[in-house]
Amino acid sequence: MWWAVLGAGLGCYLLKLAGLSVPARVLAHPVVARIADLVPVALLAALVAVQVLAAPEGRALVLDARAAALGVAVVLLLLRAPFLVVVFGSAAAAALLRLL
Amino acid sequence: MTEADRRGVVRDSLGVAIATGTYGLGFGAVGVASGLTVAQTCVLSLLMFTGASQFALAGVLGAGGSAVSGALTALLLGTRNTLYGLRMAPLLGYRGWRRAAAAHVLIDESTAMAVNRPDRDLARAGFWTTGLTIFVLWNLTTLAGALAGEQLGDPRDLGLDAAVGAAFLALLWPRLTTPTARLTALLAALVAAGAVTATPAGVPVLVAAGVAVLVGSLRRGER
Repeated sequence: MWWAVLGAGLGCYLLKLAGLSVPARVLAHPVVARIADLVPVALLAALVAVQVLAAPEGRALVLDARAAALGVAVVLLLLRAPFLVVVFGSAAAAALLRLL
Repeated sequence: MTEADRRGVVRDSLGVAIATGTYGLGFGAVGVASGLTVAQTCVLSLLMFTGASQFALAGVLGAGGSAVSGALTALLLGTRNTLYGLRMAPLLGYRGWRRAAAAHVLIDESTAMAVNRPDRDLARAGFWTTGLTIFVLWNLTTLAGALAGEQLGDPRDLGLDAAVGAAFLALLWPRLTTPTARLTALLAALVAAGAVTATPAGVPVLVAAGVAVLVGSLRRGER
């Protein structure tokens, strides 16, 4: 088990370092620059979807307090609330819903 | 960059880091429950330090998967951080040992808290504040979670799982200024949600990165 822990750990670090070490000119190509610009958009949107909709047990979608909390976050964002208000406001909404 | 700008970035980064860092409690408990020792669970948080990969390794082992398939799943998920690095390298502008150190805390949240910044100093402030705070909290809470095992209370009771989704949405929000960005976000969310039922945890996010590649290659004349 230890080799899997150490090997995968080292491998994950090298994947991070590889990303930081790619020559800057790779990003000079317009298509690459556009893709690099859209990657965080796609990943953040995917993280929202997975974080809110994926069942804690995995491999299934559920609508629960997290979806309602995301609705609260949308309202707070539309009201231009500060970042921390959005984050902890939606956490409070989820916690309250689960108490009910 | 004004001092007020910097303080704002640090404050926002701390908010995300505190909400995320406490999730180490969950990882510590899951790691031990999956058959890892307390030491192995803690070394994963210290050395691997990328949540999805750690959960994947523990999850595969817990479900009876082999050490090889567990390690491969973790590495597959770790390629996400290579994409982050590609995006972060010109923003951070590091070489040598600073780059080697930065690579270790190159994760979802440290990238997310840095990519939106208008200049290098603010990007660095967001990156290091988020990365180092999560690193410290994540490792402390991993140890606590592993020691406490399954007897620990659920961080879900505090709504922290919902807070992470809200944080990602709040980070995404200012990036949705162009039709291309909105199309990418919508498609990526749909693809990721669809992939949840078909792929192991963490993979849906990776699959959704393909949407950025597709849209970025096909749409022209707009950034």
